[in-house]
Amino acid sequence: MTEALYSWGHYPDAPQHPTHCHWQAEVPERLQQLVQAHGSTLVFGKGRSYGDSCLAASGQVLALQGLDRLIAVDWAQGIIRAEAGLTLQALLAMIIPRGWFLPVTPGTQFVTLGGAVANDVHGKNHHRRGTFANHVQRFGLWRQGEYLSCSATEQPELFAATLGGLGLTGIILWVEIRLLPIQASQIDYKVVRFDRLSEFFALSAALDHQHEYSVAWVDCLARGDNIGRGVFMVGDHAPYGSLAREERSKLAVPCTPPISLINSLSLKAFNQLYWRIHPAQLTARRGAYEPFFYPLDRLLAWNRMYGRRGFQQYQCVLPEAQAEAALPELLKVIAEAGQGSFLAVLKRCGDLVSPGLLSFPMPGTSLALDFPQRPQLATLFTRLDALVRQAGGRLYPAKDAHMSRADFQQAYPAWQQLEALRDPALNSRFWKRVTT
Amino acid sequence: MKRILIIGATSGIAIACARLWAAQGSSLFLVARQTEKLQQTAEDLRLRGAAAVHLFVMDANDQPAHAQMLQAALAALYQIDIALIAHGSLPDQSACEQDAVLAVREFANNATSSIALLTVLANQFERQHCGTLAVISSVAGERGRPTNYLYGSAKAAVSAFCEGLRARLFKVGVHVMTIKPGFVDTPMTQGLALPKLLLAQPEQVAREIVQGIERKTCVLYTPKFWALIMLAVRNIPQSLFKRLNL
Repeated sequence: MTEALYSWGHYPDAPQHPTHCHWQAEVPERLQQLVQAHGSTLVFGKGRSYGDSCLAASGQVLALQGLDRLIAVDWAQGIIRAEAGLTLQALLAMIIPRGWFLPVTPGTQFVTLGGAVANDVHGKNHHRRGTFANHVQRFGLWRQGEYLSCSATEQPELFAATLGGLGLTGIILWVEIRLLPIQASQIDYKVVRFDRLSEFFALSAALDHQHEYSVAWVDCLARGDNIGRGVFMVGDHAPYGSLAREERSKLAVPCTPPISLINSLSLKAFNQLYWRIHPAQLTARRGAYEPFFYPLDRLLAWNRMYGRRGFQQYQCVLPEAQAEAALPELLKVIAEAGQGSFLAVLKRCGDLVSPGLLSFPMPGTSLALDFPQRPQLATLFTRLDALVRQAGGRLYPAKDAHMSRADFQQAYPAWQQLEALRDPALNSRFWKRVTT
Repeated sequence: MKRILIIGATSGIAIACARLWAAQGSSLFLVARQTEKLQQTAEDLRLRGAAAVHLFVMDANDQPAHAQMLQAALAALYQIDIALIAHGSLPDQSACEQDAVLAVREFANNATSSIALLTVLANQFERQHCGTLAVISSVAGERGRPTNYLYGSAKAAVSAFCEGLRARLFKVGVHVMTIKPGFVDTPMTQGLALPKLLLAQPEQVAREIVQGIERKTCVLYTPKFWALIMLAVRNIPQSLFKRLNL
């Protein structure tokens, strides 16, 4: 029995066979061997993409987690160049004590730099700093037997296509990013629960522009008057304090239960409790950065809770003008289905444009939530897709395992440019599904 | 700030240990065969906080070079607080059964070279009257398993050598630590079908090694549960052991 890798959602159930590389110099040869034997491959990092965008069309991936070295750092300017397999967690451990932070971080620190580039990830400060790609200066790309350094001025077309390019334009060997200066490792945040969606929009409009970070949890089971109730949070890096990191002890889900532990009963109890424990008035607090940015990272392998069948995440963004009208509709459909998860996130996105061709965010509101995999999901997703389409929104490829070809091509008109620049040695199940 | 010599510095476990020492601001003297890998490793460690990183390209099997390497290390570090011997390879057991030259070469890789290095280093440490020699052996050295007995016998030689050396150098204030890792997820074990539950990450093993050196552990099983597994394995009687295909 050999090692098999899966995407984070464990759906589709398509085991990937890895070929590992630990040194940049090994990449060309291993790539060539894979292409000769299997036609094409895809780089695999930490496997935190939810659906099939990190799965190779051939089922044979090139695992580059071992490329995790620092290459150059300017501590005065906050510019760091590191190999693409370095995780954001490892990076944070090195940069925080020196007074720097990631300018943009997704909701987990267990992703690689290369993955952050390939998916053009965003975070709780999208309204201020845009996506990860907005902070990438350059990267090294191995493509069609050639080594290229790409930036806004060198190979600008490949630069744009690779940012959010789902790892299809070549193998990202290293990445150089600009960091964000911080005075302390802690976060000053304010939290308040809200009773309905309109309150979320009011809070967001009043507070987002004053704070670096803003995010909301939403109770996806609340119905009727309470539809879209949730917990709103804004935060900033503390202006004073220590740069010390408190490493939290982490728990792990030890095995995959045969059925999902997340069902309508456990979810209802959890959501009720979670909403109740948060204050009804805007309350200021100070806390460590890990629970603020990465609440779920504490529970390693939490994806196992969804059982053997896995789960799917549905993340869409709705344009500003339509969001307020369309979101209650979406939440109503979800609440009626009685599915969904405790991880349901609402986030207003800003108007900073990403240099990436296939970047997901747009000015508007993004909604993300997880669903245990079951056959009935297809019906629910069809209904949700129709609402998103109608509102002129789009789905996030990094989270997706179901988007239709028509929806993808409509929402990402630049896909043909990416296809034209795709390295034929690389292809994913996702790309095959939405382009052919 | 510690002054640390690492042989086999580009191996998975050595890199993980070196990163911990670099973060503490130690000075490192790295020895490995391949210049490019050594340079990339050194740059990474410098940026991670090492006070100084020195390089020396050497094949551990090149015995005449050992003394020269030690001279260079002493010139760079003045004194060696910790020496970590981490080079090695995982031989193809069935190939070694058909090819005596290969078998002896693999044995040299994993045992003879370490014994030669330890002999040279022991005398330096004896003169210093301080410091720790940490040697990566293996749990595989405790029994000669039919599927891996060439590697096992080499590591058995290293473990026994270290035990004797520990007793010799203890009297002059030098510590010798035998490190016995179980299955670790490194380039050396890539492609093997190892049981996932028993497979440790090099970072975890490195934390235990660095801690073990500080505590002057004599024999370190890492991860720690291997002490229990090996207690059981050691006690399988020969009459049963020869019937197993471990």
